[in-house]
Amino acid sequence: MAEIHLWGALRPAADGASVVSVDAKTIRELFRKLEDAYPGMAPHIARGVAVSIDGKIYRDSWQTELPEGAEIYLLPRIQGG
Amino acid sequence: MAEAVDLKVVGSRPVRPDGADKVTGRAQYGADINLPNMIYGRVLRSTVAHARIKSIDTSAAMKIPGVLAVVTGADFPQAESGEIGGEGGGDVADVAQNVMARHKVLYHGHAVAAVAAKSQSIAEAALAAIKVEYEKLPVVLDILEAMKPDAPLLNPNCFTKGLPEKQTKPSNIASVMTLARGNLDEGFAAADIIHESEHVIPMAHQGYIEPHACTATINETGQATVWLCTQGHFDTRAQTAKILGCSVADLRFIATEIGGGFGGKTVVYLEPVAILLARKSGRPVKMMMTREEVFRATGPTSGSIARIKVGVKKDGKITAAKCWIAMEAGAFAGAPCGPAAMAIFAPYTIENFKVEAFDVLNNKPKVAAYRAPGAPQSMHCMEVALNEVAHKLGMDPIDLRMVNAASEGTQAPYGPKFPVIGFKECLEAAKKHPNWTKPVPAGAGRGFAVGFWFNVGMQSSAEVHINDDGTVRVVEGSPDIGGSRASMCIMAAETLGVPYERVRALVGDTESTGFCNVTGGSRTTFATGMAVVRACEDVIAQCKNRAAATWGVDADQVEWKDGKVVPKPGVNADLKPLSLAEIAAKSARTGGPISGRASLNAQGAGASFACNIVDLAVDKETGKVDVLSFTAIQDAGRAIHPAYVEGQYQGGAAQGIGWALNEEYIYGKDGRLQNPGFLDYRIPVCSDLPMIDTQILEIPNPNHPYGVRGVGETSIVPPIAAIANAMSNAFGVRMTHVPMSPPRVLKALEAASKA
Repeated sequence: MAEIHLWGALRPAADGASVVSVDAKTIRELFRKLEDAYPGMAPHIARGVAVSIDGKIYRDSWQTELPEGAEIYLLPRIQGG
Repeated sequence: MAEAVDLKVVGSRPVRPDGADKVTGRAQYGADINLPNMIYGRVLRSTVAHARIKSIDTSAAMKIPGVLAVVTGADFPQAESGEIGGEGGGDVADVAQNVMARHKVLYHGHAVAAVAAKSQSIAEAALAAIKVEYEKLPVVLDILEAMKPDAPLLNPNCFTKGLPEKQTKPSNIASVMTLARGNLDEGFAAADIIHESEHVIPMAHQGYIEPHACTATINETGQATVWLCTQGHFDTRAQTAKILGCSVADLRFIATEIGGGFGGKTVVYLEPVAILLARKSGRPVKMMMTREEVFRATGPTSGSIARIKVGVKKDGKITAAKCWIAMEAGAFAGAPCGPAAMAIFAPYTIENFKVEAFDVLNNKPKVAAYRAPGAPQSMHCMEVALNEVAHKLGMDPIDLRMVNAASEGTQAPYGPKFPVIGFKECLEAAKKHPNWTKPVPAGAGRGFAVGFWFNVGMQSSAEVHINDDGTVRVVEGSPDIGGSRASMCIMAAETLGVPYERVRALVGDTESTGFCNVTGGSRTTFATGMAVVRACEDVIAQCKNRAAATWGVDADQVEWKDGKVVPKPGVNADLKPLSLAEIAAKSARTGGPISGRASLNAQGAGASFACNIVDLAVDKETGKVDVLSFTAIQDAGRAIHPAYVEGQYQGGAAQGIGWALNEEYIYGKDGRLQNPGFLDYRIPVCSDLPMIDTQILEIPNPNHPYGVRGVGETSIVPPIAAIANAMSNAFGVRMTHVPMSPPRVLKALEAASKA
């Protein structure tokens, strides 16, 4: 069971929680289970959410695995100029 | 990942491959494309800042001899809503309306119609003959006014996002971004010193020298080919397809050379219009913006108002920090609030903080990305606040930052722990730099500030083809703005073990190479470079197989060493190593041409930090500021071509100096832009700038084969605050309104003398 830290815009969809627990082995599974448990997150996930795993930031990388005990944050995606 | 040790080509400074063509005028930019039977497109732009379009009468224009097509918003399909991506990118439906207004005009310069004619003068006459009837609406330009509940609404369907409760009343506040941690009250209560201030930065333009231009032609099967100056022909093709409701397969986009973009050439303005005009007229259509159009209707960056509060202990430790920042989006949502909020406190370890960032619509052009979007605006106020605090504490400003500096393992304010970063190394380098240790020139002031940017990865593709003489051709899909062709050649040469001179790079079009996202986000050397290295590794694997087959040994009995396939120790000492050229010469007999390719979504971009030291003098009679020296220190991760890296540092500094001292959009009360030209919107010229000293630090990003972090954006973040801090030190007055132009400096000096 991974602890997933949410940024502010996602928290209303999780009843204000800043951290939720999800049993997921990959980013794809994480997103699917978040959408099931918290439907309000679906539009954010559809638009694109970055995932930080132990400080390495992933973007659109569904197959990436979530290691046991990793620090996981969901973040807004940055593009830059 | 490849070990970045014993590098032979990475870190060298070969002559840029596009240099000769550019200095001799041979290089083809957006406006240089000419086709047989080509005609010219021009855009009619709104003369008012906010109005309903009651009618557009194009009949007189169409009767003018030589006019071959006219389009208005009615010719465009209704684009579906959807994210375009990127700061300032916004929603497809909004971008479609920005390309051509439908029922309302939202700023002075908004496109309302376009014509195509046999000459530019006929096109101009046709524009003059188009009659547009407007019903004027109240104009709102000021950020704070636009945020009021009773402000004139730009979009009645805009409801503030990012608040806990769903909003039911429309507002010009498109969204709110909030980041917080810890307990602010406790943090401020623990402080010995509290600093509070408000800072204004106006809307400013990227100031690229080449105006937007494109040429579109349609073939008999309806496929459009478009030549355009762009930061990303794949992304702008995708935007155009969505706006026109067609398939990307019906659009071929070819990137010309580009005269600057800085984020502003990541979205479309002319391309969908040119395609429609070409379809209607049956002729190739060239469109070129004037400089006035560039200012009135393309990508400025957000102006902002920021309120900062910082609490600090006597030893310099920050106990709490709070920022409220409102940023102009212009006519459509999309101010870079997210990165502004995420970047502001990123360099520091702060237990208690809160940032609120507001995306605010007003009757100005829709903003577009500009180098590190949002970070200069937000970090400016924090960097100014820290210098004020350092002054009150009698503490060296670099020491103050070092006390609070983030490092590997620090919990970044936007969430995760930082991996390896080089912020402390930047501060240490600054502290030792001769431009910091030397005495401040008499009558001058010295300023210091730091900057941060995330950098990104995203999608890239590359192909590496080996010619039969062993020379190498790299094909990438990233437009070369800051030296990508040279950097790709260097990384290919390093990986393949061949001299740089034996590698050539080409930017392919959307039909000839694999997908690449924009050249932006400081991503190209990182992500496309990673693709090139992977494609080279593909080539190496093929070469090993072919050499092994030639020798009649197993592939696992050979290895790649110094650009040659060699037998592993103990295999057969009589086998003579085979070079890339030798293997290529026999390629027809060993399986055909050797080509490697890679397509990837690059993960693990490395954040970068920078700091600036500036000395300046103020002429107290005229208010003119002379920058005496400017030093840019930044972590590149790895400098693939150090001269280009230095150029990025210097370019960011030059733009930051311009923004700090002179650049701003000036509007009349009627919402008309007063200074849409380089005479009145004053970017720095050579005589305004000293030689900008640079120092490259290399704290490698472990997620890139050669350690690249990306360098294109961080450099514009610290200059505004560094200059503001130098101004404060120069004459003891804190100026809180950028730009610190001569009239404002004189006013500040006058106020100081009265005080």
